[in-house]
Amino acid sequence: MDDDRVFKALADPTRRFLLDLLFTRDGRTLTELESELAMSRFGVMKHLRVLEAADLVVTRRSGREKLHFLNPVPIRLIHDRWIDKYAERQVTALVDLKAELEEPP
Amino acid sequence: MSTTGTAQRTVQVYRVYIKASPQAIWDAITRPEWTERYGYGGRVDYDLRPGGRYRAFASDEMRATGAPEIAVDGEVAESDPPHKLVQTWRMVMDDGLAAEGFTQLTHEIKATGGGLSRLTVTHDLTGAPRLQLLLSGGQEDQGAGGGWAYVLSSLKSLLETGDSLPWPS
Repeated sequence: MDDDRVFKALADPTRRFLLDLLFTRDGRTLTELESELAMSRFGVMKHLRVLEAADLVVTRRSGREKLHFLNPVPIRLIHDRWIDKYAERQVTALVDLKAELEEPP
Repeated sequence: MSTTGTAQRTVQVYRVYIKASPQAIWDAITRPEWTERYGYGGRVDYDLRPGGRYRAFASDEMRATGAPEIAVDGEVAESDPPHKLVQTWRMVMDDGLAAEGFTQLTHEIKATGGGLSRLTVTHDLTGAPRLQLLLSGGQEDQGAGGGWAYVLSSLKSLLETGDSLPWPS
């Protein structure tokens, strides 16, 4: 998926709050999510659409209801492809530094 | 992810887009020579017929740390290659997990154009709180792995680059 969409979706406090709500309790309806925010239904829908476009939220139908689920995979992909890579490099650099400093002169 | 859904069901939903055909993804899920190359690295044994047996074996690394031979067992409920696989799924790594019983797991694969396919994993984990935590990656820092998100990230990496991710340290 498109990393840009994920970063853009995460770059908004309301959308991060919506993800936090789903992290606490997954599978909520629009009405349930809306009740937690001082915002119009339309406003919440707009934010949910951005989250869906980034695949951070996946919806499923359950009877007449549309339930929203947090999909952590896009964040995991960013973690696995970027953060791990840099963390590893830092660790290697520190290990090298340690070896160098401890080497007898 | 973990936690309770409405209507008393607890469902986790995971989705990933992979640059691969639905058939390639199907094979990677159902064939042991593929499953040993990503995720938790155990081989699977699927009898892909309704009522057919499913088993996932612990990898050699897991066996070395004392894991039993069989990690997961279950039964195929619906097999529509390469698009839909529905099955029961019970982790039997220890008595506590086994006691949580059979859960329902669904894999759905859909070609979305441009050589991309969308894989959606829906795991109904109602009544299985330990599995909910384990599969949402909640015990990763205790060496239990990153659950479904890790498995799917690793699968994507394998199919797109020929290399899976290293086991998270």
